[in-house]
Amino acid sequence: MTDGLAIPAVPAPDPRLRIARARPLPDPAAMLELGVREIDARLGGGLAHGALHEVAGAGPEAEHGTAATLFVAGLLGRVPGPVLWVMEHRDLFPPALAAVGLHPDRVVYAEAGRLAGVLQAMEDALRYRDAAGGRLAGVVGEVRGRLGLTASRRLQLAAESAGVIAFALRRTRRARNVRDPAAGAVEPNAAVTRWRVACLPCAPPLPGRPDWPGLGPPRWRLDLVRRRGGEPASWIVEVADAPHRLRLAADLADRSHPAERRPASRAVA
Amino acid sequence: MVAAADHAASRAGLRAGMKLARAQAMLRGLEVREADPEADAAALARLAGWCLCFSPLTSPDAPDGLWIDATGCTHLHGGEPAFLGVIGGWLRAAGFAARLAMADTPGAAHAVARFGEAAETVVPEGGTRMAIAKLPVGCLRLPPEVGEKLHRLGFDRVAQLIEAPRAPLARRFGAVLGRLLDQALGHAFEPIMPMLPIGVLSRREAFVEPLLTGDAFAVAIDRLSVAVCAAMEQAGQGARRLDLLFERVDGATPAIRIGTARPSRDPVHLARLLRAEIERVDPGLGIEAMRLVVPLAETLSYAQSPAVLAGAAPPGADVAALVDRLRSRLGAARVYRAAAIESDVPERGVAYGPPMAPLTGRTWAPDLPRPARLLDPPQPVEALALLPDHPPRAFTWRQHRHRIRRADGPERIAGEWWKRAAETWAVRDYFQVEDEAGSRFWLFRRGDGVDPATGDQSWYIHGLF
Repeated sequence: MTDGLAIPAVPAPDPRLRIARARPLPDPAAMLELGVREIDARLGGGLAHGALHEVAGAGPEAEHGTAATLFVAGLLGRVPGPVLWVMEHRDLFPPALAAVGLHPDRVVYAEAGRLAGVLQAMEDALRYRDAAGGRLAGVVGEVRGRLGLTASRRLQLAAESAGVIAFALRRTRRARNVRDPAAGAVEPNAAVTRWRVACLPCAPPLPGRPDWPGLGPPRWRLDLVRRRGGEPASWIVEVADAPHRLRLAADLADRSHPAERRPASRAVA
Repeated sequence: MVAAADHAASRAGLRAGMKLARAQAMLRGLEVREADPEADAAALARLAGWCLCFSPLTSPDAPDGLWIDATGCTHLHGGEPAFLGVIGGWLRAAGFAARLAMADTPGAAHAVARFGEAAETVVPEGGTRMAIAKLPVGCLRLPPEVGEKLHRLGFDRVAQLIEAPRAPLARRFGAVLGRLLDQALGHAFEPIMPMLPIGVLSRREAFVEPLLTGDAFAVAIDRLSVAVCAAMEQAGQGARRLDLLFERVDGATPAIRIGTARPSRDPVHLARLLRAEIERVDPGLGIEAMRLVVPLAETLSYAQSPAVLAGAAPPGADVAALVDRLRSRLGAARVYRAAAIESDVPERGVAYGPPMAPLTGRTWAPDLPRPARLLDPPQPVEALALLPDHPPRAFTWRQHRHRIRRADGPERIAGEWWKRAAETWAVRDYFQVEDEAGSRFWLFRRGDGVDPATGDQSWYIHGLF
């Protein structure tokens, strides 16, 4: 390098400034509640609007992510406004989303074909403002394959600047070993919270018909794998019937919060 | 003189160029109409304007032809033969008798349309030479005296001309013969002069120096869309479709076309949609002018924003502009809304339609179990079950065996015999089952388990909860 082309030294940014920017204080008004008191308390009010949240299936659900899909749809059903659902190819069945509270008139679907297209459509939708300044209520992207630091940070920044909630619904390619619990997304990314939703056998058995046990409400294990500025946690929840609501599974309630143990619910088990 | 004869008249032996007296002698009660070339030309221009719905570039080819530049348009109609079929169908429905041909060059298309065997011909890419070689020399749009002389010299087919040495021909007939031959074969370029229908809003911008870069196009697009939107505002209209024509130095006119889900005259939005398509344009040696045309516009009046009156923001954003952006990138068919329609068969109960269609407010019955992911078509599984109405004990799907612990069902769905005769007796018995791991599946058995007419008792997986 010649003297004439010397690059001026860039002053290093103040690290405190970077940390302050990286961790915006949660605004209690801008929280999307899960509707379960224990979980919302742990999250500091709920899931932050204006942030990227990652939700993935676990184990055999990693490929289709059905429980994760219903979890996300149920959350978005709690806020008003239009939602964009971006996927690679269509295998979603809208009646199921409607059943958990996401009315079909609220959802616009986009098939983006490839991962890059999904991410671009998500970012476009997050940054979108209509003529009156209105924003979407939420953006869901079904992400198959890697969601690296750069891509997720772009989404996180877009969500943060717009104040729109974004969900990255992680799905794996067809799992070779469906029993592999690690099959799924493990690489680091910039999502503010990262969830794993796994199906569990429902309990207690209901007499659906005289000779065959019927189905109880679906039961999920919600793993909060990572949360910015918080600790991981795990809950077992049940999906109550209409109106679609989550509740801690009665016989296993309060696993994460022994202090709030309720004797009545213990008696049922 | 007979100027033109319709199908019935040609069958009776009448030909253009015949003396009228002779024609009347040949055919008693012949109905004669005075030829009106000006009205013909005007009608042809109107037809060319109407054909703009197929392609942004069309042009009348007097006296009896029509050019349609199909570059980049055919995939919208499902391929080249289908594209011709659509155009032919519309023309026939409108009462025109038309012969259509699609080829690499305008000259070849012109020749095959008039002299080819079939009424609709697609000359495959690179097959131009073969397609026109066997046609008579008259197909090359030669001046009549040249054609006459060639005929006297023994040139009947184009193949003879292609093989003959050029120099003697050029000395005898001038450069026109070689040029026409080259244009038909694709060795020389022939531009189609695009026509602009009268009454359609357009703005043109010519440049001092030919433009080559995408940045320069973007600036020009911004200026053009501002100008067009101002004109549309005066006319009280909004664009549903926009064509941007790039006039290239060599005479070609590449074009891009965008559509909007709702009429729009927002220059920022329209410019953004156009800019996203710039990459598809080949600037060649440079673009000397650009023209922005609004071939399809709808009335767009001012609407009072409800927010002003109610003092509160409406619950939802207006997603029209986002939909346009996604549609122009992904394709119109890939951005949609789902709507509930009346059907007992689960996969037919969802209609995927344009996102800006009026909302119905309807939804599906909330109490029926429906899976979040639907496998389309249902995949066969191997299952063990007691007949007639027990859920399976276990099933094997994708080489993995699921033992079933709990199940709900059956939900019996009968075929829609009023829609399809084959479904008169068809029955599906659906079960919602849960395996040992807690995963829930939606299985069905074809048939009611008793009567073989209702189905063959085979098991399928249709979805995952």
